[in-house]
Amino acid sequence: MPYRLNINGTSRRVDVPPDMPLLWVLRDELGLVGTKYGCGKGLCGACTVHVDGAARRSCQLPVSSVGQAKIHTIEHIGATAIGARLQQAWLKIDVMQCGYCQAGQIMSACALLGQTPQPNTEQIDSAMAGNICRCGCYNRIRSAIRIAAGVEEEADRVA
Amino acid sequence: MSHENTAADPTRRTVLKASLLAGGGLALDALIPLPAAVLDAMERKTVAPAQLSAFVSIAPDGTVTIVSKNPEIGQGVKTSLPMMVADELDCDWSQVRIAQADVDQKRYGEQSAGGSTATPKNWLPMRQTGAAARAMLVQAAAMRWHVDAGELSTAKGRIFHRATGRSVSYGKVASLAATLAPPDLETVPLKQPGQFTIIGRPLVGIDSARIVEGKPIFGIDTRLPGMLYAVYEVAPAHGGRLVKADIEAARLSLGVKHVVPIIGNGDADTGLADGVAIVASNWWLANQARSKLAVDWDLSAAKGHSSSVYRAKADAAMAAGAGTDLRRDGEPEAQLASSAKRISARYDYPFIAHATIEPQNCTARYQEGRLEIWAPSQTPQRGLETLHNALGIAPDAVTLHLRRAGGGFGRRLMNDYMVQVAAIAKAVPGVPVQLIWSREDDIRRDYYRPGGWHSFEAGIGANGDLVAFSDHFVTFGDGKTPARAAGFNVAMPPAGLIQHLHYSQTMLPTVVTTGALRAPGSNALCFASQSFLDEVALAAGTDLPQLMLSLLGERREIAAPDNRAPSFDTGRARDVVERVLQTSRWTQRPTERGRAKGFAFYFSHRGYFAEVVEASVSSADVTVHKVWVAGDVGSQIVNPMGAENQVRGAVIDGLAQALTGQAIEFIDGAVQQSNFHDFPLARIPMTPEIEIAWVKSDKPPTGLGEPALPPVIPALTNAIFAATGTRIRSLPVRLRTT
Repeated sequence: MPYRLNINGTSRRVDVPPDMPLLWVLRDELGLVGTKYGCGKGLCGACTVHVDGAARRSCQLPVSSVGQAKIHTIEHIGATAIGARLQQAWLKIDVMQCGYCQAGQIMSACALLGQTPQPNTEQIDSAMAGNICRCGCYNRIRSAIRIAAGVEEEADRVA
Repeated sequence: MSHENTAADPTRRTVLKASLLAGGGLALDALIPLPAAVLDAMERKTVAPAQLSAFVSIAPDGTVTIVSKNPEIGQGVKTSLPMMVADELDCDWSQVRIAQADVDQKRYGEQSAGGSTATPKNWLPMRQTGAAARAMLVQAAAMRWHVDAGELSTAKGRIFHRATGRSVSYGKVASLAATLAPPDLETVPLKQPGQFTIIGRPLVGIDSARIVEGKPIFGIDTRLPGMLYAVYEVAPAHGGRLVKADIEAARLSLGVKHVVPIIGNGDADTGLADGVAIVASNWWLANQARSKLAVDWDLSAAKGHSSSVYRAKADAAMAAGAGTDLRRDGEPEAQLASSAKRISARYDYPFIAHATIEPQNCTARYQEGRLEIWAPSQTPQRGLETLHNALGIAPDAVTLHLRRAGGGFGRRLMNDYMVQVAAIAKAVPGVPVQLIWSREDDIRRDYYRPGGWHSFEAGIGANGDLVAFSDHFVTFGDGKTPARAAGFNVAMPPAGLIQHLHYSQTMLPTVVTTGALRAPGSNALCFASQSFLDEVALAAGTDLPQLMLSLLGERREIAAPDNRAPSFDTGRARDVVERVLQTSRWTQRPTERGRAKGFAFYFSHRGYFAEVVEASVSSADVTVHKVWVAGDVGSQIVNPMGAENQVRGAVIDGLAQALTGQAIEFIDGAVQQSNFHDFPLARIPMTPEIEIAWVKSDKPPTGLGEPALPPVIPALTNAIFAATGTRIRSLPVRLRTT
C-alpha cells in the first residue's frame, strides 16, 4: 500500500503493508536508523518517536494509523529548542555507556519537558519508566533532564 | 619524567616503525610486546605472547589520529585507551581524532573486550607509544633548531625552547620526525602521575555526540547498497536438530527473497546451529514470514532438561553429602564436628540472560570466495576461528569491520550470530545480508549465566572465630569439566583466610548453552558466600564487616592456589572495607522500622570492592535508598567520567538481578521467558543514589567493567535480612508468599 508520511518536516512516500510498524518503515524503508529496535512489544522504549509532539513507541504503531500526523525522530530533535538543550545536557555529563537506548531516552525526555518544563524526580521517573537503559545510566538520565530543564546546574557529582 | 620499570627481556623487543604520512606528517606503527610484568599478572594460560600494536599519526595541521583497536561495547575503551596515548604524547585532547580499527591480528595483536582486561593490558604499552611519538617530535625540533633535545619541553601539542622563546607545533615537525629512528620503548621516559594532563580528567566519550544525534554507529545501523534483512529460525529447544522444513509458504510471503534451510556443524555451542533463514527486503517482513514456516525439529536431546529436574537433581546431590574435592585445607570435617557452634544453609540462583539492549545482529557479504563482515563482537578474532571451523572460510579470506555494540556484558564473547549471517550470506552470494535476532530469539538463545546451588557449613569456635568452612557446589558440566562460566573459584573467601576448609563440586549435564556474564562466576559466588558469611557473623555475635576484617588479618598477599589468577592483597581488601564503613556511617543504623543496611565485599577481575546497601521493605516491596561503593582498581582512574558510569551500571545491574525477578527457566530445553515482560530489566524508578569512593593504591590501574557488580547483591540481601529477619537464600528475591 502506498503511504505519504510527514517525517521530520518532509513528505516521504513508502509502499508497505498497512500493518508494518512505523519503526521498520523508518529503519528499513527510509534509512532513518537512529530510532532503535529493542523489543518489538512496546516494553523498552528504544523506538520512541514523536507523533504530533507526543512520545510514542514506533514498534507498536502500524503505518496505516499514522495518517498525516507529524512524525519527528532523533535525527531531527536537535532542531527543536528542547531537543537541543537535552542533547547538550546529555553530553555535558556524558550520560551514556553503550548508548543504544539513548535516542529513545532523549525522545521521551523531550516530550516530558514539552509538557512539564521543570519536572521533579517523581515526574521524571514516571515519564521515563518506559525506557529501559540496560547499562543503568539512570542517575545521569535524571540529572541530564534536570540540567536541560534548568533546575540543576551541575552534574550528579561526576568526579 | 621517569623510566617506568619493565622487565628487560631480549625476546620481547619492541618494534617501532616510523613513516611519512601521506600528505606529510608522522605515522608511527608500534608493535609492542606486552611487558613481562604485565603479562605475568594476566591469565598466562589464555594470553598468547601477542604483540600489541598501536598506531598514532600526526598530520601537518597538528591533528593527532589514534587508532582504537579494541571493540567498544559501552565500557569506554574507545576513549580511555587513546587518552593514555595522548597524555604521554602531550597533545591537547581537542587535537585528537580516533579511528576504529578493523580486525587485524598481525597488526594489532589481541582485539577483544572481556574480563575487564583492557586497562591493565594497555596501561603501559599505550603510554609508551605516545611517549615515543613525543620523543621523536622533540628530537625533530631539536634538529631544526640545532639545540639539545634536553632543552626542550612540550605542552598541548607544541614544543618549546625556553632559552630562546621559540615554539613550534607538532604538525610542523611531524614530517621531519618521520625520518628519525624510533626510540626504545622500554626506556622511553614516561610521565609521573602528577604530570598527567589527560589521564584522570573526566572526558566525554568519543562517540557520544554522534549518539545523541541518532547517527548510524551500531552494528544494527550498518547499511549497504542492495542489502537484505534476515531472521534465523532455530529449534524451539536447546540442542534441537532440523529434520525437515517446508518453506514454500514462507517463500511466497510478501517481501521475502530467499528462504534457506541450513544444517549446522552439529555444534550449536561453539559453531553453527541448524536453522532456517528467511531473507527479505525489510526485517519486519522477514520476521512476519516465520509463522509460515513448517519445520520438523528433533528435540529428543532436550528431553528432561527442565528447571524442576535440575533442581531435584541438585537437591539430591546436596543431600548425598560432599561432592568431588576441589580444595581441602586442614581437617574440615573434624573441625566442623568439634566446633562450639555449627551452622549450615543452602543457597541457589537461576540461569539469567544478558539481554543486551541491541539484539544480536551482524551484517555480511560473500562474494567470489571472500567474506566481508560488520560485527558488534567482543571477540572478533575468535569469531574468525569460528567461521573457519564451522564454515571452512579461512581467516585470510575474511575482512572484519568492528561496529560499536549496544551492550556486551559477556554475551558478545560468543560469535554465534556472526557464523549464522556468514552461512546465510554464503547461500546468497553477492547480496549483503543483515541478520537481526528478535528479542525473543535473543532471550531464548543466550549463553546464559548458569544457575547453581551451594550447600554451606561453618564451624564457629567458643571465642566466636570461624574455624572451619565447607561448600558443596552443584553446577553444570559433563562430569569432567564445568560448562562455560560454570566453574568454581577455589580462592573464594574464606579460602586462604582460615585453616580448615573444604570445597567440593557436583556437575549436572545440560544441553543449554552457558557463558560469561558480567563478573562471571563472581556474580553468583559472591551472593551465596557473602550471604552465608553474614549468617556466620551474626551467629558468632558480630557483623559481616567485622568478621571480614578479622579474617583478612594482617596486610599480606595471598597467591592464587593455581598461581594463574591474580594474587589477593588483604591490605587492599581491608582498605575498601574500612572506607565503605566510613562513607556509609555503618554503625549508624536507620531507626525507621523495616529499614536497614547490609554489607558485602568481593575481589574479582583484579578489583577490590566493598559495598553497603540501605534498603527498606514494606509489604514485600523492597526499596533501595542508597548504595555506597568503595573500590580499589589501582593508582589511577583513567577516565572518571566513564569509570563512575561503569560502577553505577554494575550496581544497578546487580540490583536488577536480585529485585526484578530475573530468571530463565526451561521445560525440556525450551526457554519459558521471551521478552522484557517476563525477563525484566531495571527501570529508572528503582534507581538509588549511588556514592562512590575510590581507594587509590600504588598498583597499576585495572579494569572496571565487572568488579563493582558482585558485592551489591549480597549487600542488598543482607540488608533485607537486617530489615525483616527474612534470609534471602535464593535469587531472585521473592518476599511475597502467594
